[in-house]
Amino acid sequence: MTGAAPVALRPHAPDAVLLGFARALRAAGVAVTADRERTYLEAAAEVGLLDPAGVYWAGRATLCSSPADLERYDQVYAAWFGLERAGTRPRQDQPPTVTMASLDTDGASGEAGGQEQDTVQARASATEVLRHRDIATLGSAERAHLAALFAQLRPRAPRRPAHRATPSRRGAVDARRTLREQLRRMGEPGPIAWRRRGTRPRRVVLLVDVSGSMSAYADALLRLAHTYAATGLPVEVFTLGTRLTHVTRPLRQRDPERALVACGDVVPDWSGGTRLAQGLKAFLDRWGRRGMARGAVVVVFSDGWERDAPEALGEQMRRLRALAHRVVWVNPHRGKEGYAPVQQGIVAALPHIDDFVAGHSMAAFEELVEVVACA
Amino acid sequence: MEPREAFASAGELAQGLGRTGYLADASLATVAWLALRLQRPLLLEGEPGTGKTALAEAVAEALDLPLIRLQCYEGIDATQALYDWDFPRQILHLRAVEAVAADRAKDVEAVEDQLFDERFLLARPVLRALREAPAVLLVDEVDRADDEFEAFLLEVLSTWQVTIPELGTVAAATPPVVVLTSNRTRELHDALKRRCLYHWIDHPGLQRELEIVRSRAPQVSETLAAQVVSTVQALRRDQELIKPPGVAETLDWVRALHELGSPTLDLDTAAATLGVAVKYREDAERVRSALDRILAS
Repeated sequence: MTGAAPVALRPHAPDAVLLGFARALRAAGVAVTADRERTYLEAAAEVGLLDPAGVYWAGRATLCSSPADLERYDQVYAAWFGLERAGTRPRQDQPPTVTMASLDTDGASGEAGGQEQDTVQARASATEVLRHRDIATLGSAERAHLAALFAQLRPRAPRRPAHRATPSRRGAVDARRTLREQLRRMGEPGPIAWRRRGTRPRRVVLLVDVSGSMSAYADALLRLAHTYAATGLPVEVFTLGTRLTHVTRPLRQRDPERALVACGDVVPDWSGGTRLAQGLKAFLDRWGRRGMARGAVVVVFSDGWERDAPEALGEQMRRLRALAHRVVWVNPHRGKEGYAPVQQGIVAALPHIDDFVAGHSMAAFEELVEVVACA
Repeated sequence: MEPREAFASAGELAQGLGRTGYLADASLATVAWLALRLQRPLLLEGEPGTGKTALAEAVAEALDLPLIRLQCYEGIDATQALYDWDFPRQILHLRAVEAVAADRAKDVEAVEDQLFDERFLLARPVLRALREAPAVLLVDEVDRADDEFEAFLLEVLSTWQVTIPELGTVAAATPPVVVLTSNRTRELHDALKRRCLYHWIDHPGLQRELEIVRSRAPQVSETLAAQVVSTVQALRRDQELIKPPGVAETLDWVRALHELGSPTLDLDTAAATLGVAVKYREDAERVRSALDRILAS
């Protein structure tokens, strides 16, 4: 035992190596906390350091908490320990942002062989316009004005009948509470208690199109999404473009400016192309069908410009309608003079929409909040 | 036997699970073994039909412990998870005491104490798991419950004890083995996830799925099993299905074909029994049009 020698001078101390790995993982964006690090060390000690595969799985089980983390874990593991784990297949189906297609319009080049995650990523970064827009540096006076207006919006969640009954003045006889009251009186009959089913907030899912044709509205729409997300109601927000991105977490922050900056950091496809049908399919397959859209009020913010065949959008909208309690489509162009829903995408989607509302002005947003609350 | 000492290594646990008919790969066996050793809950996520619930059953069988299952649903609360008092029986008891005690000198407090006695307590799964420990507690589809219930669960999972005001504190002699499953309809709270070891279960590969079918449905001929498994694997891989068939569907399909007495999977029998494996109309159409190509290869 050298005693006082600092950890950094003993590069081969196993706990330092493992802890360093945990820190590297945290730097890569996985939420590694101190107690998780401790559990990781305990787990690694249990399987023994001589079993690299065991240490690999111990770390995966203790440091990760969602499928999105697993892919990062594999990458950092390979970089830190300098070896590829046999048997770790590249995950295609679970990352939070899903590559759906390249943006090159000049034909089907390379469309067939792009199953591998790496090649998809490489091609995506080469051809897709992955612009990180700086939301914080927008036109100043109007922005401040509009932001103040958004703060005045009071989104309310729609209600649904709850499973649990609550005490009420009318409704059915609450036998249990009546008997409990009798028990208090040592068996003497007392007043009859009543109960009826209560209500709970219904989930609201916001799907915001951030493609090029919607770029003028994307900031305002995300601010609207933030006013919803920051209320603490059951709200989930996704952005649609060439990819589907789950942005509820960044938008949960109270301060709208910080939330939008955080959101800008995770959305890779600002002002790119539109793949509405693909995006909706990704949402339904990975989130919606598992329960997120079930019984929810789903609001789609889009102008309906669609690159792919409109029938595909129609089929996905039909699926969405079958799951959701109510589907609201918000089209910024709808509030304009002389608008008619003639885009093929909108025409295909219209039969599967409950409410078709405008979304171009503050007044329209207030109306939308009302529509959602009463859905 | 103490559950955490039952298996000396992950490999032994895998063998033990194998004896019950559950084939775990090295990763799942390692994580499950760690959960036993570290006495942590195991949080399993994955596509439906990949054997999350079955693992808890297999662990219980391998350890020879009772399996206590708590199915979560929207609006579940502590009275359904923990304990409740049997009010009708308490009332009955009161009436009986009234009828018997003709003299009014009976001690009121003693009667009240009798009311909150062990025999009027309805123990629900979590309390049962704490009392009957060592046991395996399966908290199924925890993502369906509400946030409040998650917080309650977190409290029990970190202290392994529950306080009943009328009776006192119930603490587990040995912490139960806890398995939580989630279908990810909702993000679980970080605090709960931090308590748990996390594992994502994927669909098995060709070889492993074949082994599973052979061990779960030994009556089926090898050629039929191999054909069905490779077909299902092709469906999962190539076809953009709304709900790709899971292992459970593969097993159902193999058994259905066996019951029909067909020695091999051909186009007609496959089309006739497709409903066993594929549950959406759109999927069925897609599979039907692709079947001859898959079966030909």
